[in-house]
Amino acid sequence: MSEALKDLVAVLEAKQSDAVVSSEIAFDELTVVITNAGLLDFVDFLKSNSACQFTSLIDVTAVDYPGREKRFEVVYHFLSMVVNQRIRVKVCVEEDELVESITSLHPSANWFEREAFDMYGILFANHPDLRRLLTDYGFEGHPLRKDFPTTGYVEMRYDETEKRCIYEPVKLTQEYRQFDFMSPWEGAEYILPGDEKKDA
Amino acid sequence: MDGSNGEMLSTEEKVRNFSINFGPQHPAAHGVLRLVLELDGEIVERADPHIGLLHRGTEKLMESRTYLQNLPYFDRLDYVAPMNQEHAWCLAIEKLTGVEVPRRASLIRVLYSEIGRILNHLMNVGSQALDVGALTPNLWGFDQRETLMTFYERACGARLHANYFRPGGVHQDLPEKLIADIQAWTEQFEPFLTDFEGLLTENRIFKQRNVDIAIVTKQDVLDWGMNGVMARSAGLAWDLRRSQPYECYDEFDFKIPVGKNGDCYDRYLLRLEEMRESIKIMQQAIVKLGECKGEDVLARGKLTPPKRADMKTSMESLIHHFKLYTEGFHVPAGEVYAAVEAPKGEFGVYLVSDGSNKPYKAKIRAPGYMHLQSVDHITTGHQLADVAAIIGTIDIVFGEIDR
Repeated sequence: MSEALKDLVAVLEAKQSDAVVSSEIAFDELTVVITNAGLLDFVDFLKSNSACQFTSLIDVTAVDYPGREKRFEVVYHFLSMVVNQRIRVKVCVEEDELVESITSLHPSANWFEREAFDMYGILFANHPDLRRLLTDYGFEGHPLRKDFPTTGYVEMRYDETEKRCIYEPVKLTQEYRQFDFMSPWEGAEYILPGDEKKDA
Repeated sequence: MDGSNGEMLSTEEKVRNFSINFGPQHPAAHGVLRLVLELDGEIVERADPHIGLLHRGTEKLMESRTYLQNLPYFDRLDYVAPMNQEHAWCLAIEKLTGVEVPRRASLIRVLYSEIGRILNHLMNVGSQALDVGALTPNLWGFDQRETLMTFYERACGARLHANYFRPGGVHQDLPEKLIADIQAWTEQFEPFLTDFEGLLTENRIFKQRNVDIAIVTKQDVLDWGMNGVMARSAGLAWDLRRSQPYECYDEFDFKIPVGKNGDCYDRYLLRLEEMRESIKIMQQAIVKLGECKGEDVLARGKLTPPKRADMKTSMESLIHHFKLYTEGFHVPAGEVYAAVEAPKGEFGVYLVSDGSNKPYKAKIRAPGYMHLQSVDHITTGHQLADVAAIIGTIDIVFGEIDR
């Protein structure tokens, strides 16, 4: 399996040297990081080249790394039913950077890109219909970003006096519980009240 | 009317397209689907599915829970065949940690995955028939499903939300009586299927409503990312159990039924045939289970709890048990994509781990999501009445689509 993947990497690096930034084979899976500019050509190459034939799009999603300069990784999974191989393609983008939509090559990318826009706020250029998909009508914010709280910002209830559903800021009787399981002997640094005086 | 030359238009030209909301409370919408249909008379010109009414934020919740706590969420995705989803999550964790599943656990997983497939197909074929006007098949199907649910209950204690497959094996071994009962059930299921088929296969109304409806071509399958029965009905012999075998499916003898026309009727026939193949797999699994009686069903190690008896005598086991159920296990950093052939198609999990006890990112790739997306493409040009048949045949469950 990984022999075939190595051959594939060789083909990609020879034919698409401009686009490919790096590639890695781990757990029998091939990951290729490419430049944002070369995305559309690269996906087209994957689809049409006889050695690849990645004609099925499996998944498009994003991963948020707030600490990085290029915050988001847009991750594409492709499947080739003919060659029986999978490939993972990644593009790193900044928060307000446009990513070219691949709906012209894979119509099935439509909802996946809408979802990535909905959940992470990634903008796709030339997408036919970039609306929110999974969240409520009129929802604000991008829930899967790491800086979005799990509890959200608003809660909805039916108001008896106004006879309609109203949104109000979320009120919790108990703080959302996040446990810290790091044990002290595994090198956790606990900041106790008063510790800041030590450095002053 | 724009009003500019309104008086010049004849009555026929004044006719506008009509938009209707199909759902979210429509019984044929199979859950909470709001489908905005644009109609030209009886002909559908555009279908715009609005989804997300059942969105529970599973992927967000998973980021703040341990790997083991996340497992029950998978039962709540496609709640028609819960264990098949758990399977994908366990495979992803096992791939990252490199844990080998014991043989007996592997066989039990295959057995219950196939039960899941039959659960799903019975539900789908039954409700497909209901959508086009036949009540009896649905009731018959639910009768058989009830027995299968009892098998779920006897294995794990729950009829639906099983939480039975665990990273490193399955929760508990199956009792001998249960295995014998499953064997007896498979024997009565074959004649049941023949009876069941007698209700529908040559039924004139059923054929009128399904033959040549929603034809899917090979190109559609590739363009719209379809898998499972949808792909096979178009003639693509693609089944992950055969093409990219996981668990121990490579040692089972079964066939992959493939359709010719790609219409609703083909998909109905395929689902029946797949149930027959599942029965074969189950019977083979039961024979193989008989060869490894009494073996452990969990790969003992960091991922799994210690044996109860050990905890009574060994301090380390007790600590391990406590740490496992509070802190959970740590998964080495890395990323994997693990997929199983769920009854509806390829169900995959893309898991990114940062080395902690919680997943950094988990993306659930549900087959129904892609199939529902293609509804616009498939329904365009069909009659309004066919929409119900189409939604039935693409086999959607909103738990997995909305996540």
